[in-house]
Amino acid sequence: MKKKPSVYVWMLLPAVILFFSFHTLPVLQGIFYSFTNFRGYGVWEFVGLDNYIRIFNDRNALNAYGFTFQFAIVSTILVNIISLVIALGLNAKIKFHKTLRGIYFMPNILSILIVGFIFNYIFSIFIPEIAENTGLTGLTTSILGSPDHAWIAIVIVAVWQAAAFNTILYLAGLATIPQDLYEASALDGASKWQEFWKITFPLIAPFFTINMVLAMKNFLMVFDHIVALTGGGPGRATQSISLLIYQDGFAGGQFAYQSANAVIYFVVIVTISVFQIRILQKREVQL
Amino acid sequence: MKIGKTNWPVTLLLIAGTILILFPLYITVVNAFKTPAETAESILALPVEWTFNNFTTAIEMTNFFNAFGNSFYITIVTVVFTVLTNSLVAYAIARNMHKKAYKFLFYYLVSAMFVPFPIIMLPIVNQMSSIGLMNQNGLILLYIVYGLSFNVFLYVGYIKTIPKELEEAAIVDGCTRWGVFWRIIFPMLSPINATVGILTALWAWNDFLLPLVILSDRGDHTLPLVQYVFQSQFATNYNLAFSSYLMALLPMLVLYLFLQKWIISGVTQGAIKS
Repeated sequence: MKKKPSVYVWMLLPAVILFFSFHTLPVLQGIFYSFTNFRGYGVWEFVGLDNYIRIFNDRNALNAYGFTFQFAIVSTILVNIISLVIALGLNAKIKFHKTLRGIYFMPNILSILIVGFIFNYIFSIFIPEIAENTGLTGLTTSILGSPDHAWIAIVIVAVWQAAAFNTILYLAGLATIPQDLYEASALDGASKWQEFWKITFPLIAPFFTINMVLAMKNFLMVFDHIVALTGGGPGRATQSISLLIYQDGFAGGQFAYQSANAVIYFVVIVTISVFQIRILQKREVQL
Repeated sequence: MKIGKTNWPVTLLLIAGTILILFPLYITVVNAFKTPAETAESILALPVEWTFNNFTTAIEMTNFFNAFGNSFYITIVTVVFTVLTNSLVAYAIARNMHKKAYKFLFYYLVSAMFVPFPIIMLPIVNQMSSIGLMNQNGLILLYIVYGLSFNVFLYVGYIKTIPKELEEAAIVDGCTRWGVFWRIIFPMLSPINATVGILTALWAWNDFLLPLVILSDRGDHTLPLVQYVFQSQFATNYNLAFSSYLMALLPMLVLYLFLQKWIISGVTQGAIKS
């Protein structure tokens, strides 16, 4: 038999070449440049691990990691609680089931950037004005201007948008639970609360895992929300890791340095995702 | 089927909750039709006289129809090519998963899902500018290529469930492997094609970061990008801004109104697989 490249090879080859050139190659380049002092243009030389060492002493970088983690953890927890509650509601015997589901999913189809601009107005103009008229002195200045509290505004917008998606996933999970389990537990006299913890929650555990991992991963990459709301400010109070890499990597002449930051960022995201999956799946099995 | 009485307390709570979703949109709509003087009186009130002036001005200032056309072009071309090419790639992989090389290729593509965009961002911009692709077509190419990771994952899972016997019969009848794919497999992929199409369309239409770094020419700008430039330059006239935001959001909202069921189930299917 002659050995001729299978037709499958021709189906794959162009895609593989393109994927390697436009995805893998840039990743490798990024890793390569992280060991140099390349500014994005001009001459460069190898600097070994200098960039990596510098990041651990860089206040801006540490601040970005601190902010991003704080934001991501709080948002992940809130999104999961809220979307689980909405999903339980939508799964109950309610009227206008389809319309309500449609409305609750709507934020997911809208551009985060534009939604962010709208909320920007609400936070910076609408709420302060309402506060002034009603005498709530604590809220008369925009929350976006406060280095200590601007992150809360970003959490609100992020949760507003992301809850839609997580709700739909939880709904899909709830649909997999056989109804007779509830009938049996009702006969045994289980309370609603017991029913939730003993039946509903264990059975949607895989969906809880997916939601926690996806939400965390997405929130760690937060970018659009921040551009629309604060631009990273005041100062650098709400500068996320992606935003830092974008801002200083392109405009700040820190191409190589921010590449090193991106490599660390990559390792962090993979580590957290794997860790989460391990922990959460262990829980799934036990229950 | 669910039996029993309607749970009215939950229904009412959920209806009350929709206020939180609809309120930002309400603010946007009413203020898009008001003058600054009217907004200064009350942000919440309905406009006394609905004016379309904001829209005409915003259309001019943002060159709205150009941006809409760009977003439309980018999204349509991306979706069409993504569905046509990514499914083909997945087919070749799915039918050869028992071979090491193909299995490796599968994991190679899928593992790229974990690579955060910022690590590619700086080098890809350098690379794209050196080959002169800092434009819409370059952007489309990146969407199609970057979509592979997730889409191959979706398609392979689906194709595995399609029995091979159909294809073998066609091959015996003299059909080529390409013919098998386009005539037999591809039509059978409709449900998953819809899912991939919807997810890709949502991504390409709403994406901000990739167009921001790739589209160098202002005439190429997409709807989100135009809002960004607009916001940073004309931030003071809120009514104008709101009419601009509304116009940018409207195409997706209208589409959603008609295709709601499809969009939700498409997104759900995609997400559950992952």
